[in-house]
Amino acid sequence: MSLMNWIDERYPLTKVWNEHLAQYYAPKNFNSWYFFGSLALLALVNQIVTGVWLAMAYKPDAELAFASVEYIMRDMNYGWLIRYMHSTGASAFFVVVYLHMFRGLMYGSYRKPRELLWIIGLIIYLVMMATAFFGYLLPWGQMSYWGAQVIVNLFAAVPFVGEDLSVWIRGDFVISDATLNRFFALHFLLPFVLAALVFIHIVALHKVGSNNPDGVEIKKGPKGNRWSDKAPADGIPFHPYYSVKDVFGVGMFLIFFCAVLFFAPAMGGLFLEAPNFEPANPLKTPEHIAPVWYFTPFYAMLRAIPPMFNSQFPGVVVMFASILIMFFLPWLDRSPVKSVRYKGPIFKFALGIFAVTFVVLAYLGLQSSTPTKTLLAQIFTGIYFAFFLLMPWYSSIDKTKPVPERVTK
Amino acid sequence: MRKLIAVITIALLPLGAFAAGGGNVKLEKANIDLTNEAAIQRGAKYFSNYCMGCHSAKYARYKLMTKVGLSESQIRENLIFADSKVGDLMTIAMPSTYAAQAFGAPAPDLTLEGRLRSEDWIYTYLKSFYSDPSRSLGVNNTVFPNVGMPNILWQLEGIKEPVYHYAVQQGTEVLATFESEAEAEAMVKQQGPGLKIEKVVHGFEKTVPGQLTEAEFDQVARDLTTYLAYLAEPSKLERQRMGVWVLLFLVIFTVLAYMMKKEWWKDVH
Repeated sequence: MSLMNWIDERYPLTKVWNEHLAQYYAPKNFNSWYFFGSLALLALVNQIVTGVWLAMAYKPDAELAFASVEYIMRDMNYGWLIRYMHSTGASAFFVVVYLHMFRGLMYGSYRKPRELLWIIGLIIYLVMMATAFFGYLLPWGQMSYWGAQVIVNLFAAVPFVGEDLSVWIRGDFVISDATLNRFFALHFLLPFVLAALVFIHIVALHKVGSNNPDGVEIKKGPKGNRWSDKAPADGIPFHPYYSVKDVFGVGMFLIFFCAVLFFAPAMGGLFLEAPNFEPANPLKTPEHIAPVWYFTPFYAMLRAIPPMFNSQFPGVVVMFASILIMFFLPWLDRSPVKSVRYKGPIFKFALGIFAVTFVVLAYLGLQSSTPTKTLLAQIFTGIYFAFFLLMPWYSSIDKTKPVPERVTK
Repeated sequence: MRKLIAVITIALLPLGAFAAGGGNVKLEKANIDLTNEAAIQRGAKYFSNYCMGCHSAKYARYKLMTKVGLSESQIRENLIFADSKVGDLMTIAMPSTYAAQAFGAPAPDLTLEGRLRSEDWIYTYLKSFYSDPSRSLGVNNTVFPNVGMPNILWQLEGIKEPVYHYAVQQGTEVLATFESEAEAEAMVKQQGPGLKIEKVVHGFEKTVPGQLTEAEFDQVARDLTTYLAYLAEPSKLERQRMGVWVLLFLVIFTVLAYMMKKEWWKDVH
């Protein structure tokens, strides 16, 4: 391998390969929940590749944008396929990331020493949401336009500077060509920021090592396995074991992904909303405006809070707080154990209720509000925050089970 | 600028309500078949003859019909009336400002109507025009109340008069429905104040026969619906055909990937 030597003398290729793949020792007891990390990476790559191709034909101009999307759908060779890969891919990305985050919640992957790993992950999630928001305006349909209108108006609710802030974001007094143009620029930029953040996320992961369904630190356990005397006994090299296993995960994911892509790309109006097949019209408000499904839990919390002092600002604060509170999770959990497997009944109950709450809020955010639904949204907003704010209390009084010394099968 | 837009928006609110086209009418099943190329071809002919006077399909090209069995010369002879070329977008000469003056709203582009509305909606809409002298065009529509469009197909369909029923309502809740107004009034008299009578179109009665029988006209409406569905997403059948092969491949790939994983993991205990 003289070529490898030539490269290694100039670039640490073998070293990087070993450190992050061939000699990165991951716990041997990962279950199916551990597929979603690599699947999130796949979803990001899919969005970037299809997105670049779409950008080759898309026109970020209020007069041309809608028609250029239809040009892609009709006149570009397999343009419809690339566009559906991108639109279905956006929803798939959020599905995968939500499951990836829930995995972290279940097995305590946010606990010491992985606090920073969790926080970097949340920053990735925030950038993802920004990217999705900018991207949703680009088709320039009715829902694109009015959805962006609603979200930009949130910033207008900020006291004193709100009006100026929203004008600064839009680049105009209304959502217009100027807004579309800058949203396109940002939508093109942020995926590369995401890629960089994902790199940082993986560097942090490989520093502390992967958690596992038992929440046992394999680095603290006995040393020595078939590959190395110094490696954790319960670790196996990521490559080939998990790279091969992840190929199977990718296959499973693609079956679901392609079933939607080829047979229900609009997903009954959830992934592509019917009003978005009508070009943006600033003079005609749709009967019912709802954000895309992955934003609706937070939108429901926003609407749950009634205006105070003639201002929507309290709702906006609650909405942003619902995301920011996740950053404190590593310090809110006072349980002596990490994984839900060894946590007590209270935590299991709280986690179950939290999952239900998230889904119910997502549903409520999609519906037009009625007094009953607003009341429900208020109750579930309360439960959402209680899960976090009461955690220091309920996680410390909960009855935990003894954690085994080594990972279990 | 913002004030101006607010003023315009408020001024146009009633218009917006009408353009939205609500109506809680039960929709009839369109039962279209996208594999029926003859139906799409007939629908395209009706669309050119009857709809394209006012409605464009400006995101699609005439050439699209070559994918469902028409030759370029057939398209030129049967579907293109202006001096457009086969590769041109299906635009119209009528300026939208003219339509807005004549009908109260510009006639919407129909390229994506099949995705904006449901197929059943389009089919039922085409069959739900009835005579209403209070409207400037002399017709109304149960699916799209107070629509600004004339019943362009009236020569084929004939003219229908509405058959009214009388609903006794408390607020928006319908308590009972009667065939005669007298019965409804009797109920209101008996059960007292707070109730109101709402006149609803229950059905139609044909008073002037058209050139077609009812079944023939249904077929015209179905053909037009089929065409609009095809126009809205021409790649739908191709997408589904491709999807079957992609999924078959993925299932085999995933089974093999699983077997490969099993093999590699044999020595992990």
